Amino acid sequence: MTAVATISAFAKPRASASLRQWVGLLYVLPAVAFVVVFFVIPLGMTAWMSLNNWPLMGEHSFIGFDNYVAILRDTRFWNALKFTFYYTVIVTIAIFAVAFPLAIFIEKPRPLTNLYRTAFFMPAVVGFASASLLWSWLLNVDSGLFSPAAYDLGLTGKKVNLLATFHPAFWSIIAMVVWKVAGFTMIILMTGLQSIPQDLQEAAVIDGAGPLARFRAITLPLMRRTLALALILSVAGSILAFDQFYIILRGGPRNQTLTAVYWIFNQSFVSFKLGYGAALSMVLLAILVALSLVQLWLLRKPEGLD
Amino acid sequence: MAEAMSQNRKAAFSLARHSTGVIASVLFLAPIVWTVLSTFKPAQEARQPPLPPWPTTGFSIENYETLNSFGDGLWVSAQNSIYVSVMTVLLSVLVSVLAGYGFSRFRFPFRDFFFVLILSTIMIPFQSILTPIFLVLTRLGLHNTLTGLVCVYVTLQLPFSIFMMRNAFDAVPREIEEAARMDGANNVTMLIKVMLPLVWPGVVTIALFAFLGAWNEFLAALVLMTDQSKFTLPVMMTALQSGRFGAIDWGAVQAGVTVMMVPCLILFLALQRFYIRGLMAGAVK
Repeated sequence: MTAVATISAFAKPRASASLRQWVGLLYVLPAVAFVVVFFVIPLGMTAWMSLNNWPLMGEHSFIGFDNYVAILRDTRFWNALKFTFYYTVIVTIAIFAVAFPLAIFIEKPRPLTNLYRTAFFMPAVVGFASASLLWSWLLNVDSGLFSPAAYDLGLTGKKVNLLATFHPAFWSIIAMVVWKVAGFTMIILMTGLQSIPQDLQEAAVIDGAGPLARFRAITLPLMRRTLALALILSVAGSILAFDQFYIILRGGPRNQTLTAVYWIFNQSFVSFKLGYGAALSMVLLAILVALSLVQLWLLRKPEGLD
Repeated sequence: MAEAMSQNRKAAFSLARHSTGVIASVLFLAPIVWTVLSTFKPAQEARQPPLPPWPTTGFSIENYETLNSFGDGLWVSAQNSIYVSVMTVLLSVLVSVLAGYGFSRFRFPFRDFFFVLILSTIMIPFQSILTPIFLVLTRLGLHNTLTGLVCVYVTLQLPFSIFMMRNAFDAVPREIEEAARMDGANNVTMLIKVMLPLVWPGVVTIALFAFLGAWNEFLAALVLMTDQSKFTLPVMMTALQSGRFGAIDWGAVQAGVTVMMVPCLILFLALQRFYIRGLMAGAVK
């Protein structure tokens, strides 16, 4: 009797301790529910829909891999994908070319540095849609800023419509995106610069290493993970670009600036070919997941360190 | 002599640094300032190129007034945007604080699986699952409702904010909790009375990111909100800028852009250190 009482008295707190741990499940349940309903299920549905002919109205029918076969012949999708990659490469180079010098500029605490940093960062908190609407006005040929200003200054003989031909339109978008995103990339790069031990730089100075040699031998290698992160954020963001091309250019001139997401948007929500749009989405998704795997590899902890 | 030279070099360096800083700052701020100033021109003047940007024929808020006359009006879209953003903040903070506490302080089956599941959604672009989200919302009766949009935005915020909150709770020493438990606090009182005051900087950070994310989001709102009375500001302003309501009134468009930008800028300036904190947390992970 006494023995049983002792055992149960001993077992009870353990059981309730484990039960208390189960309460944790209740805490995370809402989050899991959101992710399952609005992410996991839609993800599964995308895969299923991509194997169907799925109009907005009426019955959908299973057609196997026909949508994927159709993608192979969809030259406009491949053109959109090609343009998206072209844009991604150019805009990423442009962002880094501006953000890296800025990061070096604001890295050390000196008078007014915080003020400059805040100023450079301001456009980054403005939304892409707001920024696009703003620049679509600045770029407008009649009521905007750039063409009339160039004309008034006598730089051009007549008001040039920057959005009418591919190259001026493309580079206008690049300028807008660099303006909007450079401050963000700058902050990421700054955290990397600040994590480099100061004495390492000083030791190199004593050894007679010039600024360029120090940059190549110390700064770049020690910033590998930060650089990789900034690079991935820029690449992933650019591959998914939509707002600026939709708002400023409507995919024009002559559909030359349709991005991958824009084409999927057109197929799914303008032509209402939901199954085909889902198949296109799967292709995009595969590209982004591959990119994430590259990211995990690039961001791995350096061997022997940490 | 040598000292004077190094003094001169110092001054030259300082001058070069500040001129670079000022010029770069002007370049980054000019488009914003240009827009805000030009919205106060009378409508007639706002049609002309903004040279100079400030009003020359008198100060006017005409552009803001006309904005209210398009479609259902600016005020309806602004209300929609405010509702969606505030609800996204409240709901995502509630869900992530609970989940962050749960993941940090309890050991239950599938804990790591659920955590990885939530974080891994960040790898998948939501742009690729918009169609099924549309169908799921329809099935739930949330089709073309602001509540449906809020649900989507909350889900998009969760990986970042749960990661932030779990780290915030992890940083709270367990001794504090044990002391409170001795005093008879149960889980919920513990969370609200003891833990929340200690993790509130994290809460401010995730609230700020949730607000900016919801306020500025465009594609999902464009696809999911089909009724004009449900448009958020970015969708409404794009409809206006595309000439859906007749000839494009650039003065009104810029007034709308100002309404969209100013809350973000004010929130950022007021809560800058929380914003940078969030970026750092993301960057250092």
